[in-house]
Amino acid sequence: MAHIDEAPQQAAAAAPKQGREKRLPARDRITVILMVTVPLLFVLLLVWVPALGSVALSFGKWNGFGDLDTIEWVGFQNYRDIATIYPPFWPAIQHNLIWLGFLFLFPTVLGILLAVVLDREMRGSRFYQTAFYMPVVLSLALIGFIWQLFYSRDQGLINDVFGTQVDWYGDPEINLWAVLLATAWRHTGYIMLIYLAGLKGVDASLREAAAVDGAGEVRTFFNVIFPVMRPINMVVVVIVVIESLRAFDLVWVINKGRNGLEVIGALVAQNVIGEATRYGFGSALAVIMMLISSIFITIYLRTVFREERRG
Amino acid sequence: MSRPRPSGALGGTSVPRSALATRAATRRTILRGAALSGLAVGGASLLAACGGDSGGGSGSGSGTVKFGINEAEGVGAAHDRLAAIAKAYQKESGTTVELNAVDHNTFQESINTYLQGTPDDVFTWFAGFRMSQFAENGLITDLSDIWPIDGLNDSFKQASTAADGKQYFVPISYYPWAVFYRKSVFEKNGWEAPTTNDDFMALMDDMQGKGITPFAFGDKDGWPAMGTFDILNMRLNGFDFHMSLMAGDEAWDGDEVKLVFDTWRKLLPYHQADPLGRTWQEAATSMGKGDCGMYLLGTFVVDALGENGEDLDFFTFPELDSSIGSDALDAPIDGFCVAAAGKNQEGGKAMAKWLGSAAAADAGNNAADAPFIAANEGASTSTYSDLQKKSAEVVGAAANIAQFMDRDTNADFASTVMIPSIQEFLKNPDDIDGVTSSIQEQAASIFG
Repeated sequence: MAHIDEAPQQAAAAAPKQGREKRLPARDRITVILMVTVPLLFVLLLVWVPALGSVALSFGKWNGFGDLDTIEWVGFQNYRDIATIYPPFWPAIQHNLIWLGFLFLFPTVLGILLAVVLDREMRGSRFYQTAFYMPVVLSLALIGFIWQLFYSRDQGLINDVFGTQVDWYGDPEINLWAVLLATAWRHTGYIMLIYLAGLKGVDASLREAAAVDGAGEVRTFFNVIFPVMRPINMVVVVIVVIESLRAFDLVWVINKGRNGLEVIGALVAQNVIGEATRYGFGSALAVIMMLISSIFITIYLRTVFREERRG
Repeated sequence: MSRPRPSGALGGTSVPRSALATRAATRRTILRGAALSGLAVGGASLLAACGGDSGGGSGSGSGTVKFGINEAEGVGAAHDRLAAIAKAYQKESGTTVELNAVDHNTFQESINTYLQGTPDDVFTWFAGFRMSQFAENGLITDLSDIWPIDGLNDSFKQASTAADGKQYFVPISYYPWAVFYRKSVFEKNGWEAPTTNDDFMALMDDMQGKGITPFAFGDKDGWPAMGTFDILNMRLNGFDFHMSLMAGDEAWDGDEVKLVFDTWRKLLPYHQADPLGRTWQEAATSMGKGDCGMYLLGTFVVDALGENGEDLDFFTFPELDSSIGSDALDAPIDGFCVAAAGKNQEGGKAMAKWLGSAAAADAGNNAADAPFIAANEGASTSTYSDLQKKSAEVVGAAANIAQFMDRDTNADFASTVMIPSIQEFLKNPDDIDGVTSSIQEQAASIFG
């Protein structure tokens, strides 16, 4: 997650190292060339070739039988079909956006709040840290199973305790929220830990200065600490965006992303992996997902670069 | 979407489906990467590489046949039977059999790349549209010269035949879909298995009157409700229409399909509410506990009940239209194909022929604690449970056998169109026109 944006930074950092006027000794030059070309090769091979391959495939119709020359090129038909006659698509877009909004509003804010509270070195803070962080260690697939035990309509804990008959995972009106709650359970701890680490790095003298100037706890946080934490805030934003765009595992374990739990990632998977082999159609969905991600990536990179220029 | 394997009337699988699915996920992710980058063929080697478990023993033999099976070691009877069959063939023919055991879902989901890469010579597969599709694309070997096989009757030969009229498949076992019920519950209430539509409706009304939901129903996984669609379509429009609909040759928004959904809509009040959040195991449990009177499912229903099925019985879905009758049913057939890209074609064919024999079925059934229902009529039935004996009778008496929707039609269509559409119908049963026209639009795009 976080390392996705690390990789290009490394490559970028490698470039300015070779000063223009100062010629480097041969050995250093080879090192630099290797450091640039090897990662570049991997990026090309693992990121750009598959990405462009998907774009190409998205204009064809291919069931995976036979060689690549059996692909029937259909132009924009896949995209047209997706937008017009593929019922899960628009709900999926909507669900991804709800996912994004929800993660920002609740678990992220809650995670930050918990981090701030735990940062005060209260008694047992270690214990709480561990408790809140525990779900992050579990894979989302496992979290799906754990919550199934709570949510099952006939045999689940929630309905058993409250004597209700709510179909938590099956009712398309509420299953998205049930899943978001399960995601939040994990996401909160994640954000908390990242933020806590950031808070530990804040210079204590800043707080003291604010206290001397007579700022209260809340004011100190919003006017002093929060702005200082800008790099961490950026990381949090990126993590939340990425987490909500790649929402997949949890809905896949629950019902393979159907019936109210459609998300783009799951639709791609339904069409491309598994028994269905609509490679063209699935690729078109993947390309749409890529375009949406690019919007956020562009915004992020622009902010980062603007920051660097300023700094 | 893959159904659980027919593990016979005794609980054959000890690993939960869900766990299998997760295990499969890692490899799937890799395969997706491979497929997306257009390197689809590369994935096959992954699949081929993950078994490599030798069939054991030292065959003093005439060559080696590689045998790919869709049951991983440790899943219980389903794997044990196939392993025993491989061993028996090795012993009898002197051919070394190299067993490549792959998890069920993984096998099914990577079959395309598997067959186009370096497949095993003989592999486990299902009868139906997808077998035929492989034949059409030249991925499996024409086996018409090893047919007829002693003890396999015409309906099995029919099921092994692809669109070009040649056989590409050798069946070994099958299991029927039918309406299961608890004998004790029926006895206590004085109910009997219905044969006519009137009896059927009366039975369901009586159940409801006694506070028992007539039908258990769960469709969280998306495929179980296909069984209901299949049987209603076969009862209302006949077997031939059903098969041609599955092949993409009939309109999905025509009156026939609308009639199926409309009948289903009227039957829904007799089914458990909120099926979309319930797994088939949970639905089976409600039938097992007596909360529900009946359950339309395959014989694997006993797996979810954790018992040997002695208190279970079943009847075939009753007639709905007297001009159509009730002699067709879903009974998916499992068996073997020879991969066209396999190295040892002759050895593969010879093994395939033997796999259809009664001896092969017996070797499997004698070695495992849960037998399957053998396709070969010469196979011994001594290890069968009562449920299996009756299954064999019922299927033997059926005039037409379908393979279940996800095997009878294009897999793309079944999993990406029919599952969401049937679920949409179950959510919103009054919008039949909307659902059928949406299916038709997508069918036209896929089959077109």
